[in-house]
Amino acid sequence: MLIPEDLKYTKEHEWIRVEGNIGTIGITDFAQSELGDIVFVDLNKNKTELKQGEVFGTIEAVKTVSDLFAPVSGKIIEFNSSLESNAEIVNKDPYGEGWMIKIEISDLKELDNLLDAEAYKALIGK
Amino acid sequence: MKYTKLNKIHKQLNAKLVEFAGFEMPVYYTSIVEEHQAVRKNVGMFDVSHMGEIFIYGPDALKFVQKITINDASKLIPGKAQYSAMCYENGGIVDDLLVYKLENGFMLVVNASNKDKDFEWMKKNITDENVQILDRSDDYTLIAVQGPKSAETLKSLVNFDIYELNYYTFKYGKILNTDAIISRTGYTGELGFEIYFESNEEQAIKIWNSILESGNQYNIKCCGLGARDSLRLEMGYCLYGNDIDENTNPLEAGLGWITKLDKDYFIGKEALLKIKQEGLKRQLKGFELIDKGIPRHGNQIFFENKNIGFVTSGTQSPSLNKPIGLGYFEIDSVDETSIFEIDNRGKRLKARLTKIPFIQK
Repeated sequence: MLIPEDLKYTKEHEWIRVEGNIGTIGITDFAQSELGDIVFVDLNKNKTELKQGEVFGTIEAVKTVSDLFAPVSGKIIEFNSSLESNAEIVNKDPYGEGWMIKIEISDLKELDNLLDAEAYKALIGK
Repeated sequence: MKYTKLNKIHKQLNAKLVEFAGFEMPVYYTSIVEEHQAVRKNVGMFDVSHMGEIFIYGPDALKFVQKITINDASKLIPGKAQYSAMCYENGGIVDDLLVYKLENGFMLVVNASNKDKDFEWMKKNITDENVQILDRSDDYTLIAVQGPKSAETLKSLVNFDIYELNYYTFKYGKILNTDAIISRTGYTGELGFEIYFESNEEQAIKIWNSILESGNQYNIKCCGLGARDSLRLEMGYCLYGNDIDENTNPLEAGLGWITKLDKDYFIGKEALLKIKQEGLKRQLKGFELIDKGIPRHGNQIFFENKNIGFVTSGTQSPSLNKPIGLGYFEIDSVDETSIFEIDNRGKRLKARLTKIPFIQK
C-alpha cells in the first residue's frame, strides 16, 4: 500500500499535494483498492468554490459508490478531464495520472487539520 | 465467521475478502473486470463452497421434491440436474436452487444465505412422506470452473471424458483420485463445470492448485464473487435477495419456464395459478442506461414523473462497457421505445429497455 510521505490525507481517504498555494487532490491507494474497479469519476463541474469537507464529486466502482470530499477550502482551477474517458487510471496511478482536481488553497492553515503519512497509515491499520 | 477449505488460498493470493452469508469469501483477487473477462474469453475458477447441499433420501423422495419445488422433478433421470425454486403458499419465493437426481435420492443446491431457512422449511413441510433430509453443506467443497477453456482445463484432471457431459448433466467421477460430482452447470452463461467433493483442507487446496496449473496455459484466473455477480447479471440470471425474494413470485421474475403449473401439486401452485389468471402486476425486465452511472439495487424507476418500478440489480457490464440493470416494471408502463429515468442518489439517469440476456451467447 503506497502512502507517499510528502502528501497530506483526509480521514475519508483523499490526498492533497501542496505546491505553493496550489493543491492537487485525489484518492489514496488504499481507497482505490477498497473500491475495486472504478468505472466513473463524476466531478461536480458546476462548483467553483469548495469548503473544507465539502463534496466535490462522486466515484462509482463496480461494487459501490463513494463521495469525494475537499481536503481544504479553495477555488477549483482545474478538473482532470482525462478521467471522463479513462476512470480506471485512478486504480492504476492514484497519486499520479489519477488526480482529480486542482485548487487554489484559500487558507493554508487548514492543512494542519489533515493527517500526515504516518497518521494516515495508522488510520487504515497498515 | 465460517471458512471454506480454500480460505487459506484466498488469503495467500491476497484476495479482497468480505463476509458473505456468514463466510469469509473473496470479492476479487486482482480486479472484477479482469476476472470477468477471463471467464468470457478463457477460463476462471471460483470457490463457491459456501453454497448449501441438502440431500433427500427415502421411498418418498420424489414425491417430496415434487411438493416443495416448482419445476417437474419427475422429468429427471439419474445424472440430470434441473433449475428450480421453492415457493411459499402465497407464491413468494423461498429460494432458487438446483435439483440433482441421484441414483438413490436428490441433492438440492441452495443459496448460502438461505441454507438454514431452506432446511427448516423442508423439515417443516414433511407430512406423511417417508424421507430423510440431510444438510451436508459443511462437508462439501464446491469449485466452479467456467469459460470456453474450462473443459480443456479439466480434461486431464478427471477420470472420464469431460466432453461427454451435456448441459445440465453430471457424473460421479474422480478429480485427482477424490470422489466428486462433476456437473456441467454454472452461473456465467459460458461452458462450465461445477465440482462437488468431500475432502480435507489439504486435498481441497491440492485440487484447486492443480486446476490452476492445468489452466495456466489458457491464462486461467481465480475469480471472486464480484465477477460471479457481473457474469450472471449479463445473462439476466436472477440473484436471490436482489431480483427475487419472499415478496416476488416466479411468474413476474421471468421464471415461468420453471413454474410447472400443470404439475399435480406443489406448495404455492394455487396462489400462482390465481396470479396468472388475474394477470401479472409487474415484470422483471432488463434495461441499459443512456446516461453515465451505475443503477443500484433499490433505485426507483420513473416514467413521465410516475414511479413505475424499482431496480433490483445493476452493474457496469464489462462485456458491453455500459451500465445495465434488472428491475420490476409495472405491467404495460413502458415499451422498447420509452425513455425512462432511474433515480440514483437524487440524480435522474436516462434509461431504456433492452433484451435479456444482455449479451448474445
